[in-house]
Amino acid sequence: MSTRFYQTGTFAIGNRLLEPAEASAQADPDRANSLTKGHRACQGCGEALGARYALDAAVRATGGRVIAANATGCLEVFSTPFPESSWRLPWIHSLFGNAPAVATGIAAALRAQGRTGTRVVAQGGDGGTVDIGLGCLSGMFERGDDVLYICYDNEAYMNTGVQRSAATPHAARTATTEPVGRQTGNPFGQGKNLPLIAMAHEIPYVATATVAELRDLERKVARAMELRGPRYLHVLVPCPLGWGSDPAQTIAVARLAKETGLFPVFEAEEGRMTGVSPIRRLLPVEDYLRTQRRYAHLFGDPGHPETVARLQREANRNIERFGLLAEPGEDGEPGRRGDLLEILETDGGERG
Amino acid sequence: MSDATSPHQSPGTDGGPPRPFAITLDVGSSLANRTGAWRTERPQYVRRLPPCNDACPAGEDVQRWLYEAESGGAGYERAWRALVRENPFPAVMGRICFHPCETACNRCELDEGVGINSVERFLGDEAIRRGWTLPAPGGPSGRRVLVVGAGPCGLSAAYHLALRGHHVTVRDGAEEPGGMMRYGIPAYRLPREVLDAEIDRILALGVELRCDEPVSDLRAELREGGYDAALLAVGAQLARNVDIPGGTAAHVIDAVSMLRGVATGEPPRLGRRVVVYGGGDTALDAARSARRLTGSEPLLIYRRSRERMPAHAEELAQAEQEGIAFRWLSTISAAGEGHIEVERMRLDENGEPQPTGELERLEADSVVLALGQSSDLTLLEGLDGVRAGDGVVEVDERMMTGAAGVFAGGDMTPSERMAAVAIGHGRRAARHLDGWLNDVPTADPPRGELAGFDALNTWYYADAPRTVRPLLEDVRRQSTFEEVVHGLDADSALYEARRCLSCGNCFSCDNCYGVCPDNAVLKPGPPGEPYAIDLDYCKGCGICAAECPCGAIEMVPEEI
Repeated sequence: MSTRFYQTGTFAIGNRLLEPAEASAQADPDRANSLTKGHRACQGCGEALGARYALDAAVRATGGRVIAANATGCLEVFSTPFPESSWRLPWIHSLFGNAPAVATGIAAALRAQGRTGTRVVAQGGDGGTVDIGLGCLSGMFERGDDVLYICYDNEAYMNTGVQRSAATPHAARTATTEPVGRQTGNPFGQGKNLPLIAMAHEIPYVATATVAELRDLERKVARAMELRGPRYLHVLVPCPLGWGSDPAQTIAVARLAKETGLFPVFEAEEGRMTGVSPIRRLLPVEDYLRTQRRYAHLFGDPGHPETVARLQREANRNIERFGLLAEPGEDGEPGRRGDLLEILETDGGERG
Repeated sequence: MSDATSPHQSPGTDGGPPRPFAITLDVGSSLANRTGAWRTERPQYVRRLPPCNDACPAGEDVQRWLYEAESGGAGYERAWRALVRENPFPAVMGRICFHPCETACNRCELDEGVGINSVERFLGDEAIRRGWTLPAPGGPSGRRVLVVGAGPCGLSAAYHLALRGHHVTVRDGAEEPGGMMRYGIPAYRLPREVLDAEIDRILALGVELRCDEPVSDLRAELREGGYDAALLAVGAQLARNVDIPGGTAAHVIDAVSMLRGVATGEPPRLGRRVVVYGGGDTALDAARSARRLTGSEPLLIYRRSRERMPAHAEELAQAEQEGIAFRWLSTISAAGEGHIEVERMRLDENGEPQPTGELERLEADSVVLALGQSSDLTLLEGLDGVRAGDGVVEVDERMMTGAAGVFAGGDMTPSERMAAVAIGHGRRAARHLDGWLNDVPTADPPRGELAGFDALNTWYYADAPRTVRPLLEDVRRQSTFEEVVHGLDADSALYEARRCLSCGNCFSCDNCYGVCPDNAVLKPGPPGEPYAIDLDYCKGCGICAAECPCGAIEMVPEEI
């Protein structure tokens, strides 16, 4: 049918009027449910959602021939308290930092057996990826192993009690970055941007995504599975417990992270940027920060308006650096660009 | 794992080989862990009242028929069938309704309201083109109902009464049925073949129509005709007049007569310079008809300001485009042969016009008065209990007059005088009349909770501009009575229907099914069937409710 769905656009998960081929994997009544129910993730867990989205897409892309290696972390703990497992695909857990190495071994074994049709996914949280497993991951990239590594980034060690990781955003409160005295949460000037580190390895594919944009996430997994060699997907997954956000707002919070420019959504091949998901309704960072108690200290009395302004400058820098404000396309999105630029000028004139 | 050689067996239970340290349980699925026990709130699918339905005077379930129309193809007939459950005049109302539904539409806050009226017209025209028929009437009830007046209220009531199996006789004093739809609304807004087609469809249900037979003594008719009940819908066809000094010398006519003359092919002689006096929709109809009859630009005189004009903005805009001239804050103080005298008014602190004494003389060959209408209620004489005053009949909440079994609706009852209101009256009166006949108490159903804009999660709706109806070229419109507003083609009708936000009612977008982190939303049926919550596993996080685009899920506390 040529008439577009202006009722839902492409933003909803599905639509009763869509042909099955046009619908998302998540809309399928017979979807894989790679991570099945009964798992012990908290109410409104973004990581549980992100893992099902990503692995179901990988199952669809490979016709069900996919093996997953898992790092230690929330995802592993809540899905496999012995003797129960929520996984409905071949799945292995070894250590906190060695998921990329385990996946490398599985891929090597499959190659040795000539089973190149079976694909390997490794996955972990930001702690296992950005901190503890970084050496193994960099090695996997460097060797060119045929593995898709998926990092579910909830921006701290949530499983052990919300300790800071190198992916914790500036100014956020964690158990180890309490806002005390002049210190306003996680210090500025530290942390690692792993998508950019992965790009620096010039591997075939690097992409970021959020749980708020399923279609985008599924497309990126499908693209990754078309390619061979090391690939990296970094998915932002809000954590209601660690972020102090309303469990019902998990998707809304992820959407705000992208729409404020704080979390740029892009993809790159061979170290070169190939696309960004433009911001649709630009909002000031404050709209995002206020949804989470980990930033509550910024808004108390007297609060830290200068820190909020500094975070706005970080968002502005992302917007400029990644080109997140695309010109409105012909497909219905009206020109809101003028309003958008006004937000930028009023909320963060100087560059950070 | 019942195999005796399995390594997953504990030595303690059946004497198998010893197992590694700490592994004493069989591996199982997390399905054993019923996380529904964590829940303090549960999601529940609800149906809220969409603002369009809330605003529709005819009582249509607009959201429902748009939902069906969104399928296109066979969905159009389903949509039409859903529409005529309430209103048997979609092609007529798709042309003449002032569509309060579109003003109320939540989409107005996003881009522009959905063009509900154009889709209604498209469906009405499709039905005529394809010969779709109304639902078959119910089995004969043996009751006889007299409907007085074949206008929108009377015919709507006749339709709904026929569906309930009653024998309906409709009487009207005019030569043809339709009431003000035929004799008041100009043909450039409502072509007569469209009106005829929709009336014929109602008559095909077995409704007996007797035109040219006015009812002058209701009491006698009821007694002699053996009727069990009656519905009065004689409209408001008497023009209100004012005394204009010198008016006898001038050519003064009333708008109702003028429009009736135009409709019956006997237009009055107006001369070249026409002045229309009044500020309602009838005044605009008269002015726009005069524009077409005379070929020159009439002047409309109204005693209040433009902002206080009761006519609908859309009609006013089209009249302005057609070259009608306006003189606000003015009254006609005297009229003579070939001229009138106009007095300028000013608004006092209460917004009421007050004379200023400033007079001006204007040339005018004729004056058309459009100062409101009232009902001819002489047929009620001799009926006990009926209360009437100021040209209207009083009715109770069931639309019954003071006389038992005599109901009334439309322009002859106190209400806004609009065809859509009259159609709604006909439907409601038919329901109550049926209940009265069967001695069953009837009350209007309670209105649901309104699905306001705040109930929506608009992120999921793409922005799209509204399809603008192609307008006839102004020049052509001015000289003929050809229809002014053209219909949508099938493509744009589908496009408009799909712009509906489905406020407060699930439209099967799969969002709840997709966003649940616990896979606890189930899709038991084919697309379009309702979803279900798997309460064994739902943790009650509320993401489904937060991400529902149309506000069709609410979280309700569990009883603990």
